[in-house]
Amino acid sequence: MEDFIVAAVKTVIAFALLFTVVLLLVWIERRIVAFMQNRLGPTRAGPLGILQTLADGMKLLFKESMTPDRVEVWLYLAAPIMALVPAVLIFLVVPIGAPITIGGTEYTLQVTDLNVGVLYVLAMSSMAVYAIALAGWSSGSKYPLLGSVRSAAQMISYEAAMGLALVPVIMFNGTTSLAGIVEAQGATYFGFLPAWNIVLLPSFVVFVIAMFAETNRAPFDLVEAEQEIVGGFHTEYSGFRFALFFLAEYINLFNMSALTVVFFLGGWQGPVFGPTVLQWILPVIYFFAKTFAIVFLFIWVRGTLPRMRYDQLMGFGWKRLIPVSLAWIILAMIAVGIRRFGLPWA
Amino acid sequence: MDLAAYLPVALMFILGVVFAAAAMLISWRIAPNNPSPEKLAPYECGIVPLQEPVERFPVKFYLVAMLFVIFDVEIIFLFAWAVRMDEFGWAGIASVGLFMLLLIETLGYVWKRGALDWNVASRARYRRVVAPEPEIEEAA
Repeated sequence: MEDFIVAAVKTVIAFALLFTVVLLLVWIERRIVAFMQNRLGPTRAGPLGILQTLADGMKLLFKESMTPDRVEVWLYLAAPIMALVPAVLIFLVVPIGAPITIGGTEYTLQVTDLNVGVLYVLAMSSMAVYAIALAGWSSGSKYPLLGSVRSAAQMISYEAAMGLALVPVIMFNGTTSLAGIVEAQGATYFGFLPAWNIVLLPSFVVFVIAMFAETNRAPFDLVEAEQEIVGGFHTEYSGFRFALFFLAEYINLFNMSALTVVFFLGGWQGPVFGPTVLQWILPVIYFFAKTFAIVFLFIWVRGTLPRMRYDQLMGFGWKRLIPVSLAWIILAMIAVGIRRFGLPWA
Repeated sequence: MDLAAYLPVALMFILGVVFAAAAMLISWRIAPNNPSPEKLAPYECGIVPLQEPVERFPVKFYLVAMLFVIFDVEIIFLFAWAVRMDEFGWAGIASVGLFMLLLIETLGYVWKRGALDWNVASRARYRRVVAPEPEIEEAA
């Protein structure tokens, strides 16, 4: 029973945390992109405009949600839910801080530590494809259909590259549990260099590029190429149904940044000192600082790079990223083999 | 197998579905609803739609889906081996290496056949049939 209460409390906290982070994230993105374009961005709602996202959400709640007459109603209504649910589920396995001990009981700052964490993450990010494919198909309109078919092909292509990029990480750390991967990055080289998985540089680069494509962000945001397919898969959605897709997109953005930090940048690892309370708080601060650095990278790229053409996108995924990650797996495999088992003929 | 670890997954699933459904329901109750035939027509930049929306789309998309299945299954196999890499030593590395070489060969074959060419003008068949390269006449 106590386990159940702990699980329920952690789940609710994680849910609330995700939504708070997303409210901040949308505001941060709009402000930073505005500064990059010599504008101010939202400044009116709340101090520095920080409540702008909340205001937009409330506005969308009061807006009419039309159901066009050509749609397949049940799938059309299910698609926004199917977009949001996998997005919130991924965050469950992300460890946001070091385990803390209160009154003899150890609590992990992670909702649940699945031993198949990496597979769970990949499975959940595949589920997002269903929402987009069904939203486009059930809308009964040509632009959503084109957008969703494109997007589905793009997401599954880059997901293959993403999975391949994670194989060397697992070889290196010997576990698929996310807490285990962070734990394994706690060591140091020469006593001061942190032993983060970023030493697997090709994996890191492939993962980050695939991450941009998975979250449908610039320069791979062909899903919403306005000149060609209007709004893409959510053209026929309005009101709060659209807001749910929007929320899912930003939750995914945060999740993917957090996962990059967990897999390659040492998660919550960092120098810890001082009294016990500070030792609990510092890892959480490190985790969020690293995650928001990756989020900034996302925004920076959006403000800098133009959108790719579709044939360039698919060509890049299949003809560059996948061969590179395959070659890198073979190289990493041989290097790890020599390090752990010596030369094969010795 | 520790099923208790999956309890938060079930809870979060319920929480997510309830939140999304409730938000849509509340929005449906409190938002205005004034449908009109023009408003409910499929979006078409202001004109009446001329074509049926559900048309056939290029077979290449199915091809990508099939290729994805091949590579995703490969990734699952690699994960299973990578976790327990230490137990198999060089024999494991050799087997997985062979397995990967077969897949790289598959990728090479698909690539050569033009399944990965999304730019129509660069496809082998297009170049052969539609726009053959001009033959260079030899000097007499």
